[in-house]
Formats: sequence, structure tokens, C-alpha cells
Amino acid sequence: MKIAVSATGQNKESLLDRRFGRCDYFLVFDTVTDDFKVIGNLGVASGQGAGIAAASQLIDENVSIIITGNLGPNAYELVEKAEMKAYSCEEIPVFGAIERFHKNQLPEINAAGNAHHGMK
Amino acid sequence: MVISVLSGKGGTGKTTVVAALSELAKKVIKVDCDVDAPNLYLFYQGRDIEKKDFYGGKKAQINGSLCIECDICEEVCKFGAIKNAMVDPFTCEGCGACTIVCPRKAISLEDEKTADAFLTQTEKGIISRARMGVGSEGSGKLVTYLRRNVKRFEEDNGITMIDGSPGIGCAVIASITDTNFVLIITEPTKSGLGDLKRILELAERFETQVMVCINKYDINQEMSSQIEDFAKEQKLSVVGKIPFDKKVMESVNSLRPITEFRDSPARKAIEEMWICMNRIMTTKDF
Amino acid sequence: MKVAILSGKGGTGKTTVSTNLAMTLGVSYVDCDVEEPNGFIFLNPSIQKCEDVFAEYPIIDREKCELCGACAKVCQFHALAKAGKEIVAFEKLCHDCGACKLVCKTGAIAYTKRSIGKLESGSVKDVNCYRGILNVGEPMAVPVIRRLLGNLPEEDHFIDCPPGTSCNVESALKYATAAILVTEPSEFGLHDLKMAVELVKLFKIPYGIIINKDDEKENIVKSYCRENKILLYGTVPYSMEAAAFYSKGMMLCDDEFHKRIFDQLANKIKEAFAW
Repeated sequence: MKIAVSATGQNKESLLDRRFGRCDYFLVFDTVTDDFKVIGNLGVASGQGAGIAAASQLIDENVSIIITGNLGPNAYELVEKAEMKAYSCEEIPVFGAIERFHKNQLPEINAAGNAHHGMK
Repeated sequence: MVISVLSGKGGTGKTTVVAALSELAKKVIKVDCDVDAPNLYLFYQGRDIEKKDFYGGKKAQINGSLCIECDICEEVCKFGAIKNAMVDPFTCEGCGACTIVCPRKAISLEDEKTADAFLTQTEKGIISRARMGVGSEGSGKLVTYLRRNVKRFEEDNGITMIDGSPGIGCAVIASITDTNFVLIITEPTKSGLGDLKRILELAERFETQVMVCINKYDINQEMSSQIEDFAKEQKLSVVGKIPFDKKVMESVNSLRPITEFRDSPARKAIEEMWICMNRIMTTKDF
Repeated sequence: MKVAILSGKGGTGKTTVSTNLAMTLGVSYVDCDVEEPNGFIFLNPSIQKCEDVFAEYPIIDREKCELCGACAKVCQFHALAKAGKEIVAFEKLCHDCGACKLVCKTGAIAYTKRSIGKLESGSVKDVNCYRGILNVGEPMAVPVIRRLLGNLPEEDHFIDCPPGTSCNVESALKYATAAILVTEPSEFGLHDLKMAVELVKLFKIPYGIIINKDDEKENIVKSYCRENKILLYGTVPYSMEAAAFYSKGMMLCDDEFHKRIFDQLANKIKEAFAW
């Protein structure tokens, strides 16, 4: 399966970016090949709809797991309908976030978990 | 910690308050999100350390050499932006409908530069601001960019202070989202109260805590009381009441924050408001 | 004549000037500040008509939809996105352009509407009053402004514009045949006035300035007008009294002193526009 982590940089040591729609990069890990690729977040160039643009990219990449800080309501709706799951993590290096995910240490993001984002 | 200073109504004193609070806070980054009428930077002798082109939208462009003047684009454009195979850039919304129907593929959507975005270094921290081309759209997108562009300078224990624009539209929405606190500056007038209700209704849709400040409260004590009663009903804290003070105009016209004026009743009130805000915001001293 | 009243900076007195000029001249008043409309507080017209402003957005017929995703790709505003098994529509982001329907090969897209605001009209003392009100939470004011101005009857208007100099004001200026810029004699006022002048010049309509809250001295705005040969129609002096009237929602021209001021301004404007 593919796991996408919102990131501030382009390698595994880069810190996780807690913002989903406006992060610079997504690091997409393939658990089958154990490799990862970096994609630039198109949401950065969007005003409204940044979360939608970002989520759409990950849908195109066949990502099934997202690790980020928070999801705004638009992104959340899209992620839910695409049957992806999202998990919340602190601002730690990306490889650390993946480790925590595999150890089931990350809380799942559901609509009620939105802290500071978007419209209710 | 992100505080957005808004008002609903224009001219209530947001920029004056933001400049003053920024002097009182220890570590502060300022974002001037009043992109149509950015005034905050005028208070500071700053040095621009970054200037970037900002593309706020797209416009359709018709390639004259391919165009056969069939006018299908004109028919399809829901905004009336095309007449006689010419695109009116003011009306064009950059939707691309015309590019889809053109039988000769003569139309393309081009990025349109709508603003210069700056990072300006001042004695007291950085300001993220923009100079927008008049008549441009995409203010909400620009506000989002200005906020994002300064994020790398954010520190723990630091405050990001946003000087918002009047209104309740997309630029204001982009200034409310993802903040810890919204400070609404209102004035004791009927218009002020009406606009306060609308900006409050908007702010309540977001996960942010709202505080209220009544500026020039002594112009109409009765209206001030009405606003205080209203705030109480809504369970909002009125963190400050600033008296009308001629020194504020002096401060604006000499382009120095009001905190530099001794014997200013407004300055005293803002200092008290900052203490009150800190009590609400956190046990840490900002 | 359709005279737009704008400022750049908020709170300089657009509504004060436009409502008082409208009553003084007996010309219709149009409140285009649809995000925070205040004109009716002062004019207090009896409302005769009220209607919703609708915006359309796409709905996808799931039976016809083949999930090709072309509509999501073509939408410049991210109002449509493909989520595995369905196309999701985000109505608040939709600009109502029709591009999605144009690319759909199976005819799966139709449009439905939602209310984004209201238009109201009425009158007071034979002066027609109109306004638009944007629903709180709606990001885009321009569609409401367009509907408001597009629906007006053929008559003279004062168009009370929103603050700022971007697309909101620009969509109001498109209908104008002349403009009055209202400013205050301060550094901020002048800074933003210059942006407003730049905007008005793009429309090539006659324009001039009124200084509100004037200090009745030589000031930076008066110098600016002189240096740039911009017509100054007149000034409304600053007074605590005027501020108090305003705070109570009262019309300035109901007071003797201010009535004279607005009569003078009105004459100057009629002369300048050959009205």
C-alpha cells in the first residue's frame, strides 16, 4: 500500500508538515517496494480548494494512508469518500512518522478531530 | 500562536492596534492581510528582503493568428468577457470554458500576475505584505500565500499577528482560518454593531476564540454599552475599551506606533488590553 | 449618471457621503458593500421588494457518470474532485462557469442552485434605495454585486462601493459613468486614495475627490489634489457632533449646518458632471 506524508522537505529526514493543503511536498512510500517518491503539492498554488487539490493528487497516486497534522473539512470529505484513512502526527522527521504509524501510535483523523481548520 | 485582528466594518482601527500590540509583544511576525489597502508597513522603516511575483488567477488569451472569429467563445462565456474575439481581462474569470469550445484551439489560459509579495525586515520582526494590482481578483489566495510565506520564521513562544481587511468575504475567511484567536475591533456606532454581528457570525464557524475591543468607545457611551451587552449575551470577552484620542491621528500621520506617545490615553488602554489578552491566551508571557 | 463612490481605505465616509448626497439630490441610492451594507441604517427606507440571489453549482448524475474525471481536471477552482467511486462537488468554490458541463461526454452534469445572498429595494421620501446582502460564510461578493447592479432600472444612481481596490470595487465601477473618491486627511487615507485613483483611471470616467473628516487646514490630500490636478469637489469638516450623529445612525443632512454643506457639494458635483 502507499502511505503519503505531508513534508517540509524532500527526504525522509525532513520534518512532517502539519498542514495538509499547503505543505510543500508529499513523500509517498510504497510498502511493497520499500521505496518512496517525492511529489510537489499542487495545493500550494491554489487559494481556496488547496486541500482538495492536494487530496486529488494523492487519489491519483493511489495512496491509501495519509499522515499529516490536520485536514480541513473539504479535504476530509474527499479523503473519506475516496476511502483513504488519515492519521495525525506531530512535527517529527518523516521516517519517524512512518515508524509511529506502523506501531499504531498515531491517532486517526476524523471530522471531530479538526483543531484549527476550516469551517464547521 | 496566531492572532487575527479583524473588524467587519472598515476604519475601526485595526492597523493602529496591530502596530501597537506588535510593539508590546516579545517575538512577533506581522502579516498585512488587508491586501487591497495595505497600511501596516508604513509604520516601519523596513528593508525588503524578498520580493516575489504572485499569480492570483488566470486569464484567457486568444491567439489572433489561429482565431476564425466564429464567436462560439463569446456565446459560451457566462461572464460576458469576450466580445468580437477579444477578451476583457477585467471581466474574465479564468474558468477556461472558452478554451474547451474553441474549434481551432486558439485560446489558452495564462497565469496572471496580480501582486508583488514582500517579506520586509523591520527592527521588530518581519512583515509579510503585498502590493496588489488594482482591480485584481484572488485576494483570498494572496492572503493565504502571505500567511504561508512567513511561516518559516515562526518561533516557539512567538506570535503571528494578522492585520485583516474589512468585510466578510474570501480575504477575511482566509485570515480567520487556522488561527488561535480573533480580535474584533469595533466602534460604538450603529454601523459598527451591525457589522460586528456579521463578522462574529462568520468567526463562529471556525475553531478560533473571539475577543472584542471597542475603539473610540467614548464617542457614544450608550452604543458602547449596547455592544458590551451584546458581547455578554454572546459570552465574548471585551478585552479592551480604547478612548478617542487625538494622539492616534498624530501617530498615524507621523507614521509612529501609538506606543511611542507618552500621555496617550489610547496607548494606556491598549497596554491594558494586552495584559487582559495575555490572561486569556495563555499562562506564558508573550 | 451612475456615480460610484469609493475610497480604498475603509471607514473614510463613503456611506455618509453617498446617503447624504442621494437625499440632497433626490437621486437613487445603491448599497454595493454587500459584505457589510450599512446605508439603510441611515436612510431607513420602507422595503418593498426582497429576492434571493442564487448561484448555480453542478450535480452529478451517478448513473450517467463514467468517472472519467474530466470535469474535475477542467475545473480551475477545485470545485470538483474525483474520489475513487464518485465525483465530489464543493459548491462554495464553484464559480458557475459551465466548463464542467462542456467537457462531460455522457451528459452527467446538471446544475442546481443555492442562495448566496439577497437583494432588497425600497424608498424613502421618493428616493429609491437598493442594496445587496451577501450571506455570511459565502466567500464571493462579486456575483451578488453583479446581480444588484444588473437589475437596476434606468435612472441616475449613487453607487456606494465596498472598501478596497480589488475585484469587489472593480465590479461596481464597471457600471459607473463617473466616480467620487472619499478620503480622510491622513497618511493612510492618502496612501489608499492613490490606489483608488489608479483604479478609477483604468475606467476612463470623470472623477473627483471629497475629503471627509477634514481638518479645515492645508493638508496632504489637498496638496496631492493640487499637484496632480485632481478636482476637489469639497470637504465635510470633522466634528465630534457629526461623529455622534453618525454613531446614532442619523442622516447628517437633517442638521442645518450639514445640510448646507451637502447642498454645496451637490451643486459642485452637478456642475462638474454637467448633470
